[in-house]
Order: sequence, then structure tokens, then C-alpha cells
Amino acid sequence: MKEKSVLEMRGICKSFPGVRALHDVDFTLCEGEIHALMGENGAGKSTLIKVLTGVYEKDEGEIFLKGLDKAAVIRSPQDAQKLGISTVYQEITLCPNLSVAENMYIGRDEQKGVSWKKMNANADKILQTLDIPAKANRQLSNYSIAIQQMVAIARAVDMECKVLILDEPTSSLDEQEVEKLFGLMRDLRAKGVGIIFVTHFLDQVYEVCDKITVLRDGGLVGEYEIADLPRVKLVAKMLGKELDDMSDIKTDTIAYSGDDADTKIFEAEGLQSNAGIKPFDFYIRKGEVNGFTGLLGSGRSECVRAIFGADHVIGGSVKKNGKTIKIKKPIDAMKQGIAYLPEDRKVDGIIGDLSVRDNIILAQQVLKGFLHPYSKAEAQKIAEEYIKMIEIKTASADTPIKSLSGGNQQKVILARWLLTHPEYLILDEPTRGIDVGTKIEIQKLVLKLASEGMSVTFISSETDEMIRTCSRLIVMRDRRVVGELGSDELTQNKIMSTIAGGDNNGK
Amino acid sequence: MKKKVLASLLTVAMAATMLAGCGSKAEAPADAPAAEEPAAEEPAAEEPAADDAAEAPAADDGALIKVGIINNDPNESGYRTANDKDMKEFFTEANGYEASFAYSLKNDEQIAAAQKFITDGVDYLLLSAADTAGWDSVLQDAKDAGISVILFDRTIDASEDLYEASIVSDMAKEGQTAVDWLAGQGLDEYNVIHIQGVMGSAAQKGRSGALDDKVAAESNWNIVAQQTAEWNAEKAQQIVQSVIDSGKSFNVIYAENDDMAKGAVAALDKANISHGVGKDVIVMGFDCNKWALEELLAGNWNYDGQCNPFQAAYIDGIIKTLEAGETVAEKVVVMDEKGFDASTITQEDVDTYGI
Amino acid sequence: MENKNKSIRAFFSGLVKQQVFIPLAALLILALFNLIMDPSFFKITLGQNSVGDPVLNGYLITILDYGSELAILAIGMTLVTAASGGQDISVGATIAIAGSVILRMLCGGQTTTDTYQTPLIVAFLVAVLASMVAGAFNGALVAYFRIQPMIATLILFTAGRSIAAWVNNNELPIVNVDSFGYFGGYIPGVPIPTPFFIAVICVVVIALVMKFTNLRLYTQAVGINESASRLNGLNPEFIKFISFVILGVCVAVVGLIKVSRLSTINYSVVAKDIEMDAILAVALGGNALGGGKFNIWASILGAYVIQFLTTTLYKLEVQSDALPAYKAVVVIVLVVLSAPIVREKLASISKKMKTKEVA
Repeated sequence: MKEKSVLEMRGICKSFPGVRALHDVDFTLCEGEIHALMGENGAGKSTLIKVLTGVYEKDEGEIFLKGLDKAAVIRSPQDAQKLGISTVYQEITLCPNLSVAENMYIGRDEQKGVSWKKMNANADKILQTLDIPAKANRQLSNYSIAIQQMVAIARAVDMECKVLILDEPTSSLDEQEVEKLFGLMRDLRAKGVGIIFVTHFLDQVYEVCDKITVLRDGGLVGEYEIADLPRVKLVAKMLGKELDDMSDIKTDTIAYSGDDADTKIFEAEGLQSNAGIKPFDFYIRKGEVNGFTGLLGSGRSECVRAIFGADHVIGGSVKKNGKTIKIKKPIDAMKQGIAYLPEDRKVDGIIGDLSVRDNIILAQQVLKGFLHPYSKAEAQKIAEEYIKMIEIKTASADTPIKSLSGGNQQKVILARWLLTHPEYLILDEPTRGIDVGTKIEIQKLVLKLASEGMSVTFISSETDEMIRTCSRLIVMRDRRVVGELGSDELTQNKIMSTIAGGDNNGK
Repeated sequence: MKKKVLASLLTVAMAATMLAGCGSKAEAPADAPAAEEPAAEEPAAEEPAADDAAEAPAADDGALIKVGIINNDPNESGYRTANDKDMKEFFTEANGYEASFAYSLKNDEQIAAAQKFITDGVDYLLLSAADTAGWDSVLQDAKDAGISVILFDRTIDASEDLYEASIVSDMAKEGQTAVDWLAGQGLDEYNVIHIQGVMGSAAQKGRSGALDDKVAAESNWNIVAQQTAEWNAEKAQQIVQSVIDSGKSFNVIYAENDDMAKGAVAALDKANISHGVGKDVIVMGFDCNKWALEELLAGNWNYDGQCNPFQAAYIDGIIKTLEAGETVAEKVVVMDEKGFDASTITQEDVDTYGI
Repeated sequence: MENKNKSIRAFFSGLVKQQVFIPLAALLILALFNLIMDPSFFKITLGQNSVGDPVLNGYLITILDYGSELAILAIGMTLVTAASGGQDISVGATIAIAGSVILRMLCGGQTTTDTYQTPLIVAFLVAVLASMVAGAFNGALVAYFRIQPMIATLILFTAGRSIAAWVNNNELPIVNVDSFGYFGGYIPGVPIPTPFFIAVICVVVIALVMKFTNLRLYTQAVGINESASRLNGLNPEFIKFISFVILGVCVAVVGLIKVSRLSTINYSVVAKDIEMDAILAVALGGNALGGGKFNIWASILGAYVIQFLTTTLYKLEVQSDALPAYKAVVVIVLVVLSAPIVREKLASISKKMKTKEVA
């Protein structure tokens, strides 16, 4: 082990049935350091954390801790706790009905027989030294999420943890609370604690961290000093695109050329939903393909969900062809000619046990109304037509959609919305988790629809897809719109630097 | 937070339904005055003891006797409804009483109610216990507080010192009266469908016991079917239907309450089996519901055994005795209970004894 | 010859996959059991009732009679189960309310009546309204306040019978009108029990509703994936709510049959434990009690199978308070069979057998 390191993980491998979640990953944490663990969803961050905290057992690799002369054995969260590894999760895992002190001492068997008075006094002392504004004898639920999180950290500190893992601790905090939390983290750093910080907020990483380790697709990309890794490079590492390798891909679309090509068909002003995005403005022209880009969690899905009325809209207005319309719930949007293919196909898209046929007709059937069902023959005819048109591979229209492959499920959902003949089609990650061939088919289809006059919003985590399909990109970071790129600005470099933002802009 | 909202909503909803439920109880006294006039005479005509009671308030110089009455839920059965009505109509200010009521089918709730009455300082605690056990300590409290306890309808497993008197129906005697009546019909052979109440209840045990003994003793008495219908008319109907479908022959239906007898008769009617006075099947019931006695009067049924719910007058008699400083002669007071035969019942009987 | 064999095998393996297979198999087992025990179980005789009208008698007729009540409830219960993923345990208590309302209307507040004080149809419609309100109460708690269906309906389960008693001021009204007995008995000249015809009407109505509306699609969609349904413009809350209201209508119909059978009511025992039989019918119909896809016809068949079981047990003179224990065994078998882990095991076993056959 290196001199100053408190934790070294070497050659960690972990597989789940059918998935290789971690492959030969190294990770080193030093004393008095805040170390960011970065990567897109599915990169292996949480698997690594779970291996470290004993939730999962690793397949291969070794974990060394300071003060142990041989590799540590961590088989359960209790083992991890005993070895001085503590975790504070995004969701508070304390008991809100107990007092602050009780929460700090619950489940720690070494505290057996300690009097309440002494326990409260101890707790108050720790809270004071850490400058946490909480009283030991008050009920935990009296305090804000931020303070509760700090109490959880105080609990970890009191257990003399050497490694503190903060897993997305800031997602439910406001800016001031985040500042307070950072203050506490810096104090702990000064006291020599090693902190692993998992977040998807880039600004926060650059504000508080010393080092960054990047994971991608279950493998280690590298470990970097914060000063050596400008944001744009970080984003490139996370997305797996080396800047120099990325060439621009010209699109050869025939743009929609109707007389009304410049009409702003839908416009939104100061739109805001309860899903935590900052108010944003938005418009889309007839026959245009635009896109929201940004890292996962940057708020791009929340924006389109707000337009569709999928989340509860709490502010702003929407206009169609210049006339104000009210969209409170999805059916309102559907009646205005908006269609929305959701990001999470399984949770929000497919009706798993129903047939491909029922899944295709669902949206149009709802629009037709409760009292006007398609006859079985009509439904069958429509389903067969669309199955043929966009080449859905299914045994029959009667097959339950859940037995189809991901790409074909996605096509069914696409067929469902095409059947409603929308004026404005929102596709949120339509190509995620599907094979390359289908991806390209869907992209082509989008361009074809647009050339026929349909307006499309296309969201994808893959920038080259966006460049290939979109003529305009809205860039998001940390739940707000931070920029807009016109067709002449659509290059990988430009997009990434806009996503990254901040002072370290790619030069 | 969400959970809290849910919990409070649930509480409100439950409170609301409780109110709706309580409404039924609150409603009853409001209707009572209208029904009171004719009904008040009922116990008076029936029981000589009531005569004293009617004069009592005049003798009393205005001080009301506070009684706390703990009863089972009046919805439990027609018997209970009549019993509760009797109590409500008797223990009125006009009769010199200030009565409070508490209802529950659960022992612990009844005990809680008793404790409340003790705290309220009632003079008498009248109790129809849901369960026989668990009353010792609370009755001791009552005794220490100088409150006299009178049990009605149900007995309890507690020292006799803890209560002044217990007014009960003798279920075994009810059963015996009925079986004796049946034996008196002089049939060559008795093939009985025996429909029992909820197994283990006092009424079921008493009413089944007499019949079981007789069947065991006599060679020409047979049980065709013996099943519990749990006081439920529909179940009784299904049980008799099942016997009819099986083609077994029978000539007596011995149902341990009126509801079940009614269910049995519905099955007989469907299969065109004649029943009643001078017909193929003898029908016997218990409890003397008014509608059941009317069936007797019409000759559709043969026998109905009384289970006397009119205990208020008896209780009043005991209270009067105690108030006069005398002691009660008998701890256990068994009420008079009749059995009615269809061939002798009169309209007057129906009006007097029907509940 | 071989071809024929194959097609027969295909037919049977197709049948096994069908949802109705489960209640059908249960029915066959019960029928076979009775055939072995006592073939006279299946005897039906034409007799006369005490008024002199022709009636059919026999165990099968009894099953048809009482099973029809359950079948009507199974319709509503299936919809509630599919949409909300839970069950309504208050139907027995709500039947008491509906029955009580009918009697109250017919008797006009008196304890007995020899003529209808209110036209029968009005009395019935008021009862339908009352139990729809009860259903709406349950539905609102489940759909809008997101209370678990069992918990939400526990309220009426507990309070319903008191409400029923309150409707009639604790009196037990009796209707002495011959025609009132038709609904739970026989229409003069028709030897088949009326409840069966009422059940047929209900089945026809629900079949028409399912043909001419999107009830089935909407209910299934909401039951399978509420979030996706919402994004397709459905209002999941309202669909759950309405399923409870529909169950309310079914409950009122059964309430009419129940009070008609005896021309009176006993609040504490009328339709006691019927909710358990209705839920069992849905389960026996092979419907997932966790909601989603449903097959109403299988539920209805399940209802008659339950009654078949009950009648068989009565015939065997099983103590009626022990019936629930026997039904519990059926529930256990069903639940175990429908558990995914068992299904996987069975599937792999049948696969193995097939491969062996091929070899």
C-alpha cells in the first residue's frame, strides 16, 4: 500500500447473470482527500460502492485498508462498518421518529448500557465539534434533509470511520444546504478522513473534490487530479469519446420545405414542473428536429415531461400556433397532437402483459374515447399494418409485448404514437438499450417524419446520434437550460464543452 | 409525511363511519317516545314486578338512581334488539332512573366501559358480559366504590360476592321444555334435522343438550342431520336443502333459533314438503320473534320456545329490594320462559311475547 | 392417425394454457369425486313447490341457485382486482346495506307489509344507488387516497352491518308479498331458480359493456402498468374508482336475491363471509390477485365451482363452521400453484417430459 492511502481496491471484478458489472477496477483513496467517483448510469459506480460496503460480494480482486496487513474480508455491511467504512445514502436511512442521539447510537453494540444522559451529552459534543446545528435530544424529523444527512455523517464520524462514502447526497438539497454539506466535508478532510463522493453534478465535483476516478461500462477509465482534467475532458471520458477521434457526421436530410416551415408550432415560456427543473423557455418549428442534451440527471427528460404534462406543471405557459393552451395531464397534450415516447420503456411505456396489438392501439384508442372501441378486426388490421410498416419482429399481434426484444418493444411504442398521427413527437432516449441496426432505422424514421412536416424532439445520450438527427440542440446542466446550439454549431467538441460548462471550458 | 397524511385520513374516515354507526344508537332514543306508550305497558302487563316499578318514582322524592348498563351490540340478534329496547324503555327518568348505555361484543371494551361507569359514580352497574372471564378486578373496583352489580342474561366466572344478583335464562331448561313437548307429540318415529347455533354458545349448548340426551336414550329418535348454521337462515336453508337433495326422510326440524327455522322452512317450501300443524314435518324454533309466533298462529310451524329478553322488570325488582335495605333472596334469578304450541297459541300471546 | 393424435395433443396443450383451464379442471375433479362417492349427486327431479308450481330439485340445481349469487359478485370483484390489484372485503356488509334499503323502501318503515309500499323497481334502484355510494367510498379511498384495498374496505366491512341495521332502526322488516320471493326462488311456471336468470342477465350486460366500451382494455392497462397508462392519457384513479362502483351495482343485485330468499334480513349474518367466496372465485378463475389481465368468464366459472365445492361439503355433512377450513386448503393449493417459482418448476418439468417423449 502507498504511504498515505487509506483504501486500495485492486482488480475488482463482479458479474451478474448476463452482465459484467465491474471488470478489473482499481481504486485508491488517500487520507484527507475528497475523491469523486464519476461515470454515466450503468458505468459501475454503485456496484463498486456496494462491493466496498459488503452489499455485494466481489468475484475477484482485493481490498486493502490502512492498518490491516492483509486483504480485508468484507462480506456484509456490518463487516464494512467494523472496518471503518461508512456510507451515507441519498435516501436517509435513519429513523425519523427517534431522537438525533438515538439515531447516532442505534445498532452499535459497543454502546450497550450507556445511559441516556451520557449518550445525549456525547452526541451534542460531536455535533458541536462538527458544527452541525442539531440538538441531540430532539426528534430527527424536526430537521431538514440536509441536517439529517449531516447527522448521518456525524454518526459515521463517531464510529471513527476512515472511509466515508457519500452516495448522491446532494440531489435533494438546495444550494445553501449543499454549501453547508461541503463545509462539513472539508472539515472532515482536514481531520484526515477519506471521502468518496458520488454525484452527477459536475459543478459540485469541481467545487469540492481533489481527485476524480472515472468508470465506464464496468471498467476503469482512469484516476485524475482535478487540476489535470478539465470538464470537457471529464465528459469525454465519461461518454467514451476521445476528443480527437470524433469526426463530425454530416447529415443528408431533406428538410421540410412547406410554407409554414418557420412557424413555431409549440412554444413554452417559463415552464416548470414539480420534478425539480428550473423554469425554461422552449419552442419548436414545424418539421424541425431538435433535441435536449446533457448528462443523465441534467433535467432533459424532466423538460419534455413538463411539456407533455407527465409531471405536475407548476408554472409557465404553453402556446400552440401562438394560442395559449392548457396541458395539465397527458391526455390534454395528446389532444393537442403531442406524442411522448418515455425514457423508461419498462416503467412508463409498455403494458407488459397485454398483446402487441393492444399496446399499439392504446393511445389512439384512448383518444377515440371510452365508448368507441376498435373492433377486434379493426385493431388487428391496424396492428398488422404497423408491424409491417416499421418491421416489428413478433410472432403475431397477439404475442404479449413483454416477450419481445427491447428494440421491438420500442418499435411497438413508436407505432402506438405514430398511430395517433401527432403534430409533435417527443422521443426520450428511443435508442437506449437496442441494437445498432434498429437505432439507425429509428433515426431514419425520425428524419423522414420531419421531412413530412412532423416536429420531433429527440433525446439521446449519444451525441453523434443527436448530431445526425437534430438541427438544433438545447443544452442542459444541473437541471437548467444553459445554452442552445444551432445547426452550424453542432460538433462533438462544441456540444461537450457546452455540456461541461464552467471555467474549465475546453480550449 | 405521506404516511402521516394517510394515517390521519384513515382516522377521520373511521371516525366518520363510527359516527354513522353511532348514529344508529343516537337515533333509537329519538324514536323511542313514539314507541314508548304501548311498549311501556308491555312489561307491566307481563310481569307483576313491574307494578311496583311504576309506582316507584312517585314514592321517590325525585332523586334519580344512576345505572350504567353494559350490553352486547343490539344488532347481534332480534333477541338482543328486544332486550336493549326493553332496557331503554324501562330505565327512564319517568321510572326514576338515570341510565347510561354502553355496547360492545368485545370483553375488553366492555370492561373499559365498566371502568368508566365506576369513575362516573353510578349507583348500579348492569352487565351482560360478552365473555365469562376477566371480570374479577373491575367488579372488585365496583364493589370497593360501593356500586352494586347486577348481571343479566349472561353469567360470568367470578366470585358470587362481586355481584348482587344474576338474572338469566336457563337454556338447558328451554331445551328440555322443547324436547318434552316434542316427545308429547307421540310420533312413532322421530327423524330429526337438528340445526345448531354457533357452537359453544350457551344457547346452543343448552338447546342441543336436551335433544342429544333424548336421542341417546330413545331408540325411535334418530338424528338425520346435525349441523351448525351459526344462527344463519341461509346456511340453515342450504343444510336442509342438502338433506332433501340426498333423499333422506325426516319429520322434525329442530332449529335452535327462529331465523334458522325460517331458512329450513324455505327449503321445505321449495321441495313441496308440507310442514306445520297436522302436516308431514314438525317445525320448531326458539326466541319467540313476533313473526315466528305469527307463523305458529298460522299453523305453519309447530313450536317456539321463549328466550325471555324482558329482564328490566326483574332488575328493577332487585334494585327496589336493595334500595329498601333488604337483601336479595336468590343470587341467581331464572326467568319464567314459556314454550308455545301452534295449536294453542292466541293472538294475545303473539302480541305479548313476540319480540 | 398420427396427425389426429397430434392435433388432439395440441388441443389439450392449448387448453392447459387457457385461463379457464384451472376452474374447468377443478370442476372436473369435483364432479369425478362426486360420481365415485355417490352418482345420485347428479340426479335432478322435477317436483312441485308448496304453491304447486313446477320446480327442479337436486344438488346441481342448488349449485346453480347459490352459485349465481357468487357469479354476479365475481364479475365486480374481478374488475376491482384487475384495476386496483386488491380485493374488496366489504361486499358482505354492503349486501346487508343494500338488502336493508330494499326492505326499508318496500315496507315504508313498518315492520311487516302485505303490499309494496314503494314500487319494487324504485326500491331496487335506491338500493343500487346506496351500494354504489358504498362502492364509491371504497373506490375513493383506494384510488385517490391510495389506501390498500383490503384496508380501505375494512372500514365498511366493520361498519356496514351497523349501517344496515340503522337503515331500518334495528327492526327486522318482513315483506309478505308473493312476488317478492320470486327473485330468490322461482317464477311461477319456470322450474329453474330465478337467481340463475339474474346471473345470466348480469353476464349478458357485462359482455355487452365489454364489447361496446373499452372497459377491459383500460382496466387491464391500469392494472398492469399504472404509470404507462397515465402517459397514454388514461386516468388510472378514475378507472380504479369506477371498478368499485361497478362492484357496488353487483352487490345490490345480490342484495335483492338475498333478501328475497327469506323475505327478511338478519343484519349480522346475511351474506356472511361471501366476500371470501367471491375473492376465491376470482382466484380460482386463474386471475392474478395482484391485478392486471383478467378473464371474467373464468371468474364466473370459478364462482360455480366454489358453490360446487360448498354443496359437496354440505352433502358430506361437514360441519358448516368447518367449511372455511376446506376452502382454505383450496386457496393454499391455488396460491402455491400460481406462485412464479412453482410455475417455473412445473414448466421445466413439462419441458423435460416433452424432450423425453421426443427422444
